[in-house]
Amino acid sequence: MRWFWIDRFVEFESGRRAVAIKNVSYAEEQIPDYMLSMPIMPSTLILEGMAHTGGLLVAEKSGFLHRVVLAKVSKAFFHEHATPGDQLIYTSEIQAIQPRGALVHSTAHLDGLLLAEADVVFAHLDERFADIQLFDPAEYLSILRSYRLFEVGIRPDGSPIEVPEHMLDAERRLLDVERRRCAKQSP
Amino acid sequence: MPTHDEVFEKVRSALVDALGVDDDEVNPESTMVGDLGAESIDFLDIVFRLEKAFGIEIPRAELFPDDVLTSAEYVQDGKVTEAGLIELEKRMPFADLSKFKENPAVQEFGNMLTVDDLCRYVASKVGAN
Repeated sequence: MRWFWIDRFVEFESGRRAVAIKNVSYAEEQIPDYMLSMPIMPSTLILEGMAHTGGLLVAEKSGFLHRVVLAKVSKAFFHEHATPGDQLIYTSEIQAIQPRGALVHSTAHLDGLLLAEADVVFAHLDERFADIQLFDPAEYLSILRSYRLFEVGIRPDGSPIEVPEHMLDAERRLLDVERRRCAKQSP
Repeated sequence: MPTHDEVFEKVRSALVDALGVDDDEVNPESTMVGDLGAESIDFLDIVFRLEKAFGIEIPRAELFPDDVLTSAEYVQDGKVTEAGLIELEKRMPFADLSKFKENPAVQEFGNMLTVDDLCRYVASKVGAN
């Protein structure tokens, strides 16, 4: 199962702030299954969406080289429910960042009203976890493109965030493999 | 330049936010682990909040010198050696190590640090009076 809890970014300022949207749909299996006769978006998955927004903001700061994991939710408050048809706006701001990780404050708004807020600590996996690869870089890039991160992302000087070279290399390698596989299959 | 009381209030606020404890649970003599229930990941959270509150940088090995505590040079049979204690005193002049010295087991180290130690460390960074 894929674990995507935002639909796309609408703003992304490197190292500072990111805004993402999440459209809540009855077609998502968690909505009818979570609470019988009360179709709401589970608050844990709203938190997950806020963490996605913040986590990718932190990961981008290192050109997606640091392996960023959610280490701790310091606090989280949920003020209202979200129901099918709602569009949630997740906003994440980096409070502090250093080589070991980052502290990010995130909010979820619905129609301009504060629906949820959370402080999340992210850690960078260090050398003790050298063997762990969280994502295939080509697949990671594909997800980031789907989220339109490179369409809206800007650096502090206003220039666009470029796709990191290591991800482009991984994408080229994957395409080469696919091309060779197709060539073998063609008569 | 903040006073010690101002430092304490900001440290207390950081600990309340990071650990989810009440204001009145955070006293100068409270131990971070034993009394306030801090776990290893909480220290990262606390560091971030102190950096933001005081506008300082806290290098990893300065406040929690875990490199000493995991070093074969300074730890034998689960206890910090004499040389290790000297290194800890050098690295942590803000901390009162006297109790830890009585039983310098590595596993006891985390329970040594108090809120007051944290305040002294921050005060040394910001030059509080």
